[in-house]
Amino acid sequence: MTWTTADTWIVVAGALTAASCALLGNYLVLRRMSMMGDAISHAVLPGLAVAFVLTGSRANLPMFVGAAVVGVLTAMLTQSIHSLGQVEQSASMGVVFTLLFAVGLVLMELWARHVDLDPGCVLFGAIELVALDTTVRLAGLDVPWAVVTLAGMFAVNTAFVLLFYKELKISSFDPKLSTTLGINANLMHYLLMGLVAATSVACFPIVGSILVIAMLIVPPAAAHLLTDRLSTMIVLSVALAGASAVLGHLGAVTVPGWFGFRDTSIAGMMAVAAGAILTIAILFAPRHGIVSRALHRVRLTLQVAQEDALGLLYRVEEMPSPRPPVAVPALRQALALGPLTARATLAGLVRSGKVEWGGQGYRLTERGRDDARRMVRAHRLWESYLVQFMGLPPDHVHSAAMRLEHVTDPAMQRQLADRTEQPQRDPHGMSIPPAD
Amino acid sequence: MAAYESVRNAVAGLSAAKAGLASRLWPATAKMATGDEHPRTAPLSIHDMTVAYHRKPVLWDVDFDAPQGKLIGIIGPNGAGKSTLIKAAMDLVPKVSGRVLIYGKPYAKQRHLVGYVPQRESVDWDFPVSALDVVTMGRYGKIGWCRPVTRKHREAAMEALQRVGMADYAGRQISQLSGGQQQRVFFARALVQDASLYFMDEPFAGVDAATEKAIVALLQELRRAGKTVLVVHHDLQTVSEYFDHLIMLNMRIVAAGPTQDVFTRDNLHRTYGGRLTLLDEAAQAIAQTGGGP
Amino acid sequence: MSCGADRAGLLLTAAVADHLSQALRVLTLRDYNTRVVVVGTILLGVAAGLIGTFMLLRKRALMGDTISHATLPGIGIAFIVMTALGGDGKSLPGLLLGAVLSSAAGIGCMLAIRHGTRLKDDVALGAVLSVFFGLGVAVLGIVQSMSRGNAAGLESFIYGKTASMLARDAAMIAVAAGLVALVCGLLFKEFALVCFDQEFAAAGGWPVLALDAVMVGLVVAVTVIGLQAVGLILVVALLIIPPAAARFWTDRLSRMLLAAAAIGAISGLAGAMLSALLPHLPAGAIIVIVAGAIFSVSLVIGPRRGVFVRLREHLRLRRTVARQHLLRAMYERVEAITAARVGTAAPTAGGDAAAVPRSALLKARSWSQGYLQRLLRRGQRWGLVEPAGPDSYRLTPAGAVEAARVSRNHRLWEMYLITHADVAPSHVDRDADQIEHVLGHEMVAQLEALMASEASRAAVPPSPHAIERDSNTAAPGSSARGSASG
Repeated sequence: MTWTTADTWIVVAGALTAASCALLGNYLVLRRMSMMGDAISHAVLPGLAVAFVLTGSRANLPMFVGAAVVGVLTAMLTQSIHSLGQVEQSASMGVVFTLLFAVGLVLMELWARHVDLDPGCVLFGAIELVALDTTVRLAGLDVPWAVVTLAGMFAVNTAFVLLFYKELKISSFDPKLSTTLGINANLMHYLLMGLVAATSVACFPIVGSILVIAMLIVPPAAAHLLTDRLSTMIVLSVALAGASAVLGHLGAVTVPGWFGFRDTSIAGMMAVAAGAILTIAILFAPRHGIVSRALHRVRLTLQVAQEDALGLLYRVEEMPSPRPPVAVPALRQALALGPLTARATLAGLVRSGKVEWGGQGYRLTERGRDDARRMVRAHRLWESYLVQFMGLPPDHVHSAAMRLEHVTDPAMQRQLADRTEQPQRDPHGMSIPPAD
Repeated sequence: MAAYESVRNAVAGLSAAKAGLASRLWPATAKMATGDEHPRTAPLSIHDMTVAYHRKPVLWDVDFDAPQGKLIGIIGPNGAGKSTLIKAAMDLVPKVSGRVLIYGKPYAKQRHLVGYVPQRESVDWDFPVSALDVVTMGRYGKIGWCRPVTRKHREAAMEALQRVGMADYAGRQISQLSGGQQQRVFFARALVQDASLYFMDEPFAGVDAATEKAIVALLQELRRAGKTVLVVHHDLQTVSEYFDHLIMLNMRIVAAGPTQDVFTRDNLHRTYGGRLTLLDEAAQAIAQTGGGP
Repeated sequence: MSCGADRAGLLLTAAVADHLSQALRVLTLRDYNTRVVVVGTILLGVAAGLIGTFMLLRKRALMGDTISHATLPGIGIAFIVMTALGGDGKSLPGLLLGAVLSSAAGIGCMLAIRHGTRLKDDVALGAVLSVFFGLGVAVLGIVQSMSRGNAAGLESFIYGKTASMLARDAAMIAVAAGLVALVCGLLFKEFALVCFDQEFAAAGGWPVLALDAVMVGLVVAVTVIGLQAVGLILVVALLIIPPAAARFWTDRLSRMLLAAAAIGAISGLAGAMLSALLPHLPAGAIIVIVAGAIFSVSLVIGPRRGVFVRLREHLRLRRTVARQHLLRAMYERVEAITAARVGTAAPTAGGDAAAVPRSALLKARSWSQGYLQRLLRRGQRWGLVEPAGPDSYRLTPAGAVEAARVSRNHRLWEMYLITHADVAPSHVDRDADQIEHVLGHEMVAQLEALMASEASRAAVPPSPHAIERDSNTAAPGSSARGSASG
């Protein structure tokens, strides 16, 4: 493909849309109100229709205001049906937005002559036509009017998020506390909803409502999986939104080609790209990703097996001769490990120089013995603790101690020793190895 | 859960392996692997049960045999795992380890012998059903799939409502009942289950004095009929008055037995007096090793 | 019709007559097309109302929204595949199969997000909805650029094409509606149990997951079938609005199901008729607007939890409280006067009730002049008080009985709250007519004995708190100040 100015403007418009939405979307996701984005972007349809008829034009301040009003109205109607009629929140939302959407459709048909906008345009947008829009001369560039509008919207949303950062944070996290602190959570809620509506309207003619919903929810959701900090999450969501716009455009032009088709809807592909990013985040996010968690679990299993193996070798050393040789089969039997895990465990221990092959079986090295002593010490201290403080019979504490020894750091070990008054022997009469 | 399980598996392997190296190393643990010393026909027999919520262990190594035909109170501080104990007994929460037998068989085979009174907050009281409808739900298990509720079942439900003194309210929508009345409806629902073993989760929470009295009378009636009832309870003042048997719980069983034997100052102190901070910390650490929620 | 307003009267009459005959044709279902459409929309309304009720009660109302949006990629892909295989791209069974498969995939993704990540339900719904819809739009974009196959008409899945519904479509809706009605009928009690008390259902061994799957499966069926009729956004409305409206009319699940089905049917009928009369308006939207109108009416006048009913209840409560306050104020004044005069406590009912000056009543509670005036007038209308002279009132015989009962109850409750301070005040039903019903005879006897002994010891009127207060604003729970000498 050849990259033209039109492509640049499409990507810029898409990225601005995506970023504007993602900024606000963070708070929808955190407030568990993602579906409000869906509701509002559907419900502003009648607002749009009325605004078009009243003002007769597309990009007008009154139109944004009108849409914002409808957006706030959606939120308020949802709230009042919920409280007046005891209708569950999401159901009440469903009633309001589907009804408003239907009203919007009818109004558009009624005033079809006045409105050069059809529902299709609202759903899908016409981002392909961005570059054909009338342009404004800015800094030596012919900037399409749509891009200017979107940049304005992005600026407004950025200002909102920056200015009200702490207010939004507290009112999203704990609305009641926020209100008692003098930050009216309801006011923040409706401000946010109004802005979501205005943003939807700014973006509709260009990318359609699907992309608005996708960008409100999906990049913030992905960002939420990638970080635990709000500020990082916001920045990240904007970046991911921008990335979805670029990837979406590229995808729209190239992907259909692989199957022998021409290009396809850019807005649709942008939503798909955002979905792909979310999928990657779900799978590979460093702490919360499914794959990362699985890997972490494998590592943990190995670590636990290694620690158990060290403890086992140590206990064998404690036994009177003749000591049984500890090779793979014995280890597998004693620790109930699979063949693969057992080999990986021993290989890891040998590599880190904690265990060596001694002809008939494995034995501890000096380094390994230190680690092993700590494990066994933790184990036996826990056994003493459990017997003393939980009142468990001595023959019941082994399994619990086996679990606990792996999470016992030196500080906890010291506390344990203090609480149990530095015992010399565990409840089974085995001697507790010294700390060092 | 898997992180925790992997640790547990390693342990289970140890305690299960009776021959070879393991038994030489840990002779003392060989005994606990089987539970044959427990009477198989006890209404409820819990053996070596450990339960974790979100990887955080909330019950450790619980061993308990419920005596037949007794009112058994379960007491302990908040977060001690009281509700978890009965939910785990009914397979409502997964067990990390251990075994539960109802009259000698797994719960799945003995459902018809078990009645349940959940916590009142567990349901949506705005639901469009009448008190009678709720009580009839206790018969659904006996009615079976796809069969409609017949008059016979409604009559049984009505009779149960009568027993709890709620016959006048049979047609009321449940949100129009007071807290005590709602609890009585739940109690009636358990009654029509016609079970031998009952689990009740805080049936006295938020009820008025008359309801409390009525429920106590019904509990005693159940005992006379030879039923075994486990009741999660939080009011220490009424413990010795209401219950023959007691489980004192704080993440593990501190004491269990006849009330007059175990309801002692010493046991109370061990149950309520301070958390085992080190154990808490370790449990937290186990929970965190899995990462994520 | 406005176009004829300034024309000659004859023309106007002709135009009106024309419209009327057209309307008559529609209303009497003389057109075959109209009949098909009406039957189709009615049945769709019934099916959606039935299964929507269970979804609403399961608190999954918006799941239909996601399911319907998630059908789009399947429709597009099915078209491409069928065209590529050389078949008819618009073969309905193929398209519907595609829709079912892709909404199933959407549900799968939703479950994966909900259970596999820390993202919440709402994100799962929204993300799947928007991404699948985006994918659908992208696929439709490809379809439109295809050289083979005629893609025109695929958008009807998004907006619906109610007015041009074919007999075949109506038949399919009938099958779906029959299936939904059959399953909802057979599994009525199972669905109800899972929706009401999932935990109890699980403890009883009912397969909660499988029942949920059946419910969602029916939603998929209704959605997919409804797509063509009203479009994928508005079919959501039919799943949510009729059940939500039905809830205002009944407190019984079985009746709620019938009501939801009926409201769905009426919406379908009225909507289809209206749009036949106004052919340039989108019929799907009209159906939803009719449903919305029914919802609004139900919200206001529904006999169960409707706004009116609740308002009336609120007013009734205020009236009851005012009545009790008046009675107690009168009773306490009378009591004080009699005690002072005769030296005995508690005036006997129906006896010579003393007159109470209005100024004394005014001091009893924080009443304004005007409010007390109104209250006294209402008291007279209720037959509880009567004027006993200029600016003074007395209890009627009936009023005295009632006042004695109200005051006794009140005092017993006060006493109960004082002696049983460990009982949370919210757990006592102070409005109960018969305190014995709530507390039991024994307890009441105990309290009465306690009250009598307090009265004899302190030699004050048997009220647990002083009544000679100028302002009586004490909340019931805070009145445990004990007896003060009068």
